[in-house]
Formats: sequence, C-alpha cells, structure tokens
Amino acid sequence: MSKKIVVLAEVREGALRNVSFEAIAAGKKIADGGEVVSVLIGDNVSSLGQELFAFGADKVITVENDKLKQYSSDGYSQALLAVIEAEKPEGLVFGHTALGKDLSPRIASRLKSGLVSDVTVIEEDGGETVFVRPIYSGKAFEKKIITDGLVFVTIRPNNIDPLPKEEGKSGEVTSLNVNITDLRTIIKDVVRKATDGVDLSEAKVIVAGGRGVKSESGFEPLKELADLLGGAVGASRGACDAEYCDYSLQIGQTGKVVTPDLYIACGLSGAIQHMAGMSNSKVIVAINKDPEANIFKVADYGIVGDLFEVVPLLIEEFKKIKAS
Amino acid sequence: MNIFVLMKRTFDTEEKISISGGKIADDGAEFIINPYDEYAIEEAIQLRDAHSGEVTVVSVGSEEAEKQLRTALAMGADKAVLINIEDDVEESDQFTTARILAEFLKDKEADLIIGGNVAIDGGSGQVGPRVAEQLNIPYITTITSIEINGETVTVVRDVEGDSETIETSLPLLVTAQQGLNDPRYPSLPGIMKAKKKPLDELELDDLDLEEEDVEPKTKTIDIYLPPKKEAGRILEGEIDAQVKELVDLLRREAKVV
Ligand SMILES: Cc1cc2nc3c(=O)[nH]c(=O)nc-3n(C[C@H](O)[C@H](O)[C@H](O)COP(=O)(O)OP(=O)(O)OC[C@H]3O[C@@H](n4cnc5c(N)ncnc54)[C@H](O)[C@@H]3O)c2cc1C
Ligand SMILES: Cc1cc2nc3c(=O)[nH]c(=O)nc-3n(C[C@H](O)[C@H](O)[C@H](O)COP(=O)(O)OP(=O)(O)OC[C@H]3O[C@@H](n4cnc5c(N)ncnc54)[C@H](O)[C@@H]3O)c2cc1C
Repeated sequence: MSKKIVVLAEVREGALRNVSFEAIAAGKKIADGGEVVSVLIGDNVSSLGQELFAFGADKVITVENDKLKQYSSDGYSQALLAVIEAEKPEGLVFGHTALGKDLSPRIASRLKSGLVSDVTVIEEDGGETVFVRPIYSGKAFEKKIITDGLVFVTIRPNNIDPLPKEEGKSGEVTSLNVNITDLRTIIKDVVRKATDGVDLSEAKVIVAGGRGVKSESGFEPLKELADLLGGAVGASRGACDAEYCDYSLQIGQTGKVVTPDLYIACGLSGAIQHMAGMSNSKVIVAINKDPEANIFKVADYGIVGDLFEVVPLLIEEFKKIKAS
Repeated sequence: MNIFVLMKRTFDTEEKISISGGKIADDGAEFIINPYDEYAIEEAIQLRDAHSGEVTVVSVGSEEAEKQLRTALAMGADKAVLINIEDDVEESDQFTTARILAEFLKDKEADLIIGGNVAIDGGSGQVGPRVAEQLNIPYITTITSIEINGETVTVVRDVEGDSETIETSLPLLVTAQQGLNDPRYPSLPGIMKAKKKPLDELELDDLDLEEEDVEPKTKTIDIYLPPKKEAGRILEGEIDAQVKELVDLLRREAKVV
C-alpha cells in the first residue's frame, strides 16, 4: 500500500547534508509508490529546496523562522509537528545524526509512535517494510517492524544510497508559517572543533590514526592522505587520550560510528571498542607494525610496516595517479 | 536537590556475542552498568555533594539488575529502585521502558534526571528524550558538562564534535556523553555501606500500569550475527611494491578510490 512519507532535510554550514538525500531514498522505499515530502527547517533555507527535488522529493516544505536559526528540540518539534499536522503522513524518516537522535524520540513519544533508530538497510518482506539495524555495537543485527503508530525510522548516514540526481528537475517550494514559542533551552555559544571540510560521519574515505601515530604532528601525513582522497581524518581513543588529536575525531563505541567506503587504519590496534565504530566500513585497510594486531582480523588488505614509511609512499602513489 | 539516574544493565563491552534460540545468548556473560550511565551516576553524586540532596538510581529490568544497582549505591548513590518487569512483560521496546520510567518519575518532583546518551546493547538513544517528553520537561542530550546556579543551568553539549553551551532551567533531563567526568570505582567502605542502603523493588502493579499500557510499538522479528568476513590479504614483498599493489587493489578490485 502506498504511503505518504515526510523526511527531514539537514543543513550544515549553508549546504544540505548528504543524509538529506539518503532520507529521500529511504522515504521512497517505504512510500511504495506514495509521495515523499522533504522538510527544510531553519532561518533562511528555501534556496536549498530545488536540490531536494533533484534528489527525488515530490514535495518540499520549508518552515522558516528566526527562532529556528539554530537547532533546539523545542523549536524543531513545534515546526515538525505543524508539518505532520498539515500533511498527515504515514511515515517519517530522519538521519541518525546528532539532530535526528535528539529530536526523533520526542516526536515519536508525542505521536505515541514506535521508532526504529539507526537503520542501515530497508527491506520489503511480503508487503511489510522491515528495518535492519546494528545492535551490541555492531556485533549483531536485528530486523524490526513497526507495529503501532507511524512508520518512523532514523537512518545511519552513508548506508542507504541516495537516488541519482536528476539535474534540472525542479518544483515549487511550499512554505509553512509556524509560530515558535517558549524555547526552554537557549544556545549561548558554539565552539566548532570538528575538522573543517568533510564531515566524519558522512565521509566516503577515512584515514584513522592510533597511538602509533605518536604525536600531534604525526597526524599530518594522515591528513594529507585524507585530503588527497577527499576524505576525513579519524582517530582511536588511544590517540585522543594521548592528546595527539581532539576527541571530536574519536571513532568507536564511545565516539562516532562511521561507514565509509574506505577506512585506512594507521597505527591502531583494533580494540573491540574501536571496531564498534568502524567494522561495517565497506573496505578496511590496516597499516600496523605488529603482524598480530587485531585490526588485521577485520582488514580486507593489510600492510605490516611502519606507518611513517607507508603513508608517505601511499601519498606519492595517489599523487601520481591523480596527475596521470 | 532531588536527582534521579536512569541506569541500564548491559553486556560487558568486551563480551563476544552469540545467538541461541533467536536471542542473544546471555548465560555466562559478564554484565556491567551501561558505560554512559556510569558517567550519569558519577555526575549525580558530584552534584549532590556540591548542592546537597539525594541521588536515586532507577532501573527497569529483571532481578539481575540488583547487582548493578548495588554497585551504583557503592559508588555513592543514596537509594536504588528496581522496576522488575520480568513477570509482567514478555516483549518490550523503548516505548515500554520510557513509559514505565515516566510513570515512576511523574510524582517524584525530580529536579534533575540524568541518563546515558545511548545503551551500548540496544543502541537507540531513545529512552532519555522519550521520558522527558512524557514528563513535559526540557532535555539536553550528549552533555559533557553541567553547572547549576540556583534555577539557572548551564550545559555544554557535544554535537558531533562541536560544543554548544546551552542555558536552561530545572527541572531538566540530560544524557551523558564521554568526557563528562571520570567515574569513580566503588571503595571498600562504599561497598560495605551500600549493603545497608535502600533498594526497593516495584512491579507494574505498583505503578498502576497494566500490561496493555506498556505494549511495545515495534517488534524484533530476527536477530543475527554479521556474516563472517573472509580473511583479508596481508601483502608481501618490498614496502614500496606493497604500496603500489595496495593502490592497484583499491582501484581495480575494491573500486573505492
Ligand atoms: C568503555 C570503553 C569504551 C571505549 N571506547 C573506545 C572508542 O570509542 N574508540 C576507541 O578507539 N577506543 C575505545 N576504547 C579504548 C580501547 O579499548 C583501546 O584502548 C584503544 O582503542 C587503543 O587505541 P590504539 O589502538 O590507538 O592504541 P594501542 O592499542 O596502543 O595500539 C597502537 C598500535 O599502533 C601500532 N604501531 C605503533 N607504532 C607504529 C608505527 N610506527 N607504524 C605502524 N603501527 C604502529 C602498534 O603495533 C599497536 O598495534 C574504549 C575502552 C573502554 C573500556
Ligand atoms: C524483560 C525484558 C524484555 C525485553 N524484550 C525486548 C524485546 O522483545 N525486543 C527488544 O528490542 N528489546 C527488548 N528488551 C530491551 C529493552 O526494551 C530495551 O533495551 C530498552 O527499551 C532500552 O532501549 P535501548 O537499549 O535502545 O536504550 P537507549 O535508549 O539507547 O538508552 C539510553 C539511556 O536510557 C536509559 N535506559 C535505557 N534502558 C533503561 C532501563 N531498562 N532502565 C533504566 N534506564 C534505562 C539509560 O540511561 C540509557 O543510557 C527487553 C528488556 C527486558 C528487561
């Protein structure tokens, strides 16, 4: 049965995050021929609407208000609940991002709905939509269905492919006026520590360093390699604890969970808590001095060697390819 | 200050996972306090010591969670409450847990409720915000610091690596992120004292809840282990030849660059 699905678009530093397009694709799958409505919330965002059409949205609604300039669960939930009231969708899809994680349980609770969080695969099974999600930090998976309320899921970035972009496809962006009242939490200050450029949770390539990187400057070749490949730098907790890099780079059970196409692990041992954050990466490369290091157990390709020798050679090799 | 901590008992992070009878096998496994809930307990104790008041740790689960509740008492919490749903609830989900916790908390006049930002087993991160919504109080997730000054609360929140400083007021629910504090280990005197601290046990009846009130809204239809990964390829030969081979494999075989 076809359904109408409302999906949330997310903006970061003036641009749509990729997960916004992945949410449209997820919405299409759940909608089963029905309509996908993409919602853009913010202060001055309507110019981004056309791109959502190009990635497959059937309808784009914006809620603009100066009180929505920054995310707050109070502001965004008022905006979204107004959209839901107007559109009466059968389902909702958000990204499993900081914003989506914070907002989705509140909306689900308000709508007395089930919610399946952190979905990596959406399947059809005898007319029923089934959601696959990692549990036990990626050591197992469960398949879930929603039995009451809306079909409401958050999707893990980088797992569900966006639809191919249709250049030139456009539509009319509808705006909804919502009166935003009583914000109970007020953002006073934001300190940006996350690395500029590619966002770790959405990066297609990650070059990660561990204690083996040995110093802050030891991360420089990793950064160069990541830049060359259009990727981002990550780290183990070992490297963060040793103050070689900021905790915002930490990958693992208590850090970020990532699913890049390529994960290059340099000088990190592959502790179980680290693997919890990266073991679902599509291709894993390990560079480690110790042939017994645990990381080789999950690696697709491994080089036993000194990262300070291997990483510069890799940079040189990729540069040659780029040049040719 | 009247502080409540939401605590979940989970598998030890080091534990290998196996499946039997369509469920995660838990016989013989080590269980711990969910690591993020340890931060929550530590923060609650520190805030109580600074502002006076009382810390109550509450867990929804089975009798087995008594052990982790005792550990929380040994760390320094004042009271513990186990809401034992083993006999009443066959299937549950985040709605179930949050509904029960909210029902328990609704008349407790909590100033502050602290949970973990996510349970490392179920991994949804839903329970905290769901509870706050049901109690109609504000919430802030993934916090790395909290300061209370009369009615004003200043919280630093981790947002994918960026830090937001947020001002709000009590009553409030927050969820703990790594970096909030360094949880203490229970001391020997702490462990002795914990034996005499109150640990109440409640059931759904005591909360005036019926089974239907907490019926889950999602259903798990299958649990499985990830497919075993084939052993990877450790390259051999001179290092620069290995690097050339690796780049070639990434381009032609894996097709990721
Ligand atoms: C509750 C809990 C949560 C945790 N959460 C996380 C988490 O989210 N993320 C995380 O990463 N960890 C986490 N940890 C920590 C984890 O257990 C490990 O301690 C940590 O991942 C180790 O970091 P590492 O691999 O960099 O260091 P090590 O284990 O010390 O490994 C360093 C590696 O570098 C190699 N090496 C050294 N020099 C070189 C060189 N020149 N060239 C090549 N290789 C070299 C060594 O052979 C070694 O294998 C957690 C732990 C606990 C208890
Ligand atoms: C008897 C029983 C039967 C169950 N049956 C099922 C089942 O059939 N299907 C299924 O999917 N799950 C089942 N569960 C698991 C349970 O429903 C979820 O694990 C629970 O709702 C928490 O969700 P989560 O792990 O995603 O926690 P999250 O939402 O990630 O937890 C975040 C935070 O919320 C708090 N919190 C979470 N759980 C509790 C708790 N129990 N008590 C106190 N605070 C808590 C903690 O502060 C935690 O850090 C069952 C549990 C029990 C005890």
